[in-house]
Amino acid sequence: MRFIPALALAAAVLFSGFGAASAQEKVLSERGDVAIDQTSKVDMFRPEKDKEIIPRNFQKQPPLIPHSVKGYNITQNFNKCMDCHSKERAEETGATKVAKSHYLDREDKKLSNISPRRYFCMQCHVPQFDAKPLVENTYKPAAKKGE
Amino acid sequence: MMSLEKYMPAWVKRIGLLTVFALFAAGIVFWGGFNWALEATNKESFCISCHEMEENVFREYQNTIHYTNRTGVRATCPDCHVPKEWGPKMVRKIQASNEVLHKILGTIDTPEKFNAKRAQLAQNEWKRMKANDSQECRNCHRYDYMDYTEQGNRAAKQHPQAFIDGKTCIDCHKGIAHQLPAIDQHIGKQNEGAVEISHGEKPAAKEENKAEAK
Repeated sequence: MRFIPALALAAAVLFSGFGAASAQEKVLSERGDVAIDQTSKVDMFRPEKDKEIIPRNFQKQPPLIPHSVKGYNITQNFNKCMDCHSKERAEETGATKVAKSHYLDREDKKLSNISPRRYFCMQCHVPQFDAKPLVENTYKPAAKKGE
Repeated sequence: MMSLEKYMPAWVKRIGLLTVFALFAAGIVFWGGFNWALEATNKESFCISCHEMEENVFREYQNTIHYTNRTGVRATCPDCHVPKEWGPKMVRKIQASNEVLHKILGTIDTPEKFNAKRAQLAQNEWKRMKANDSQECRNCHRYDYMDYTEQGNRAAKQHPQAFIDGKTCIDCHKGIAHQLPAIDQHIGKQNEGAVEISHGEKPAAKEENKAEAK
């Protein structure tokens, strides 16, 4: 089972909610029992090395980023991801092209270019780290692979 | 003394042996001083003594791999922005007098003014590095000694192809130490009409290669 940060986070929020509701026990933060003005001791996480495309875990999952994104900034002036993944650049760089779904506005009207609401790539597409899931994750996709 | 005078050239006799030694010593002092001044203006601490550099480009650079990294080997301002060879270094130093002028004029003395000029300043530097085949990058990063097996998949694939195409470092590696100006990436409305970056010319040689492959 592959670690999906967003799912783990969602699960963590859900579980912590259950904990508070079911008993009087003290809820421990995932960052440990450390005061907010103190630095928690965290493991050092390294971004994973480049690898082949990671298969999706469920239908319409935003593909995971199979490479390091260290120093890749998305600013108002420049979107580093689009330097390779834009339609114009993808052929030369061999990167995965931005999907057609990114050319729709919120009314599903087709645009001639990427919709501004898709500008922040890493809101949905996440890089991978060599980190253990904080909580157990038993998620199973509803449908078989192969959309 | 008489015997030594026999061997002295006429001009030495004319100005005297002592004067010759004094001139020689003065030459050493002058050259040493010149070199010292040149090196003093070639330090990171000198560069960021101007707030224009410290507030803008230096702070941006602090987030990058050339400022801080695993092994602590750094490339400081002059490593990238001042040529190492004597000739080009002199040329660049003389050009820098223009920068002194604009320092006095206050052309970029606020971050707003700096950002308004960022595109022009960046393009100057890209042009300079393109013209000298990214010499300042190559002082450390030598193509011939790159071990592609140690590079990531993407780098190992792109680098050999780029070298075949005759590209130079700056063609692709723009904005690695400082923030980029607004760039038109042809992704819709964002920065439409701004500066475009080329990633190097699409070489004609590539077409030939394809033809040969067929």
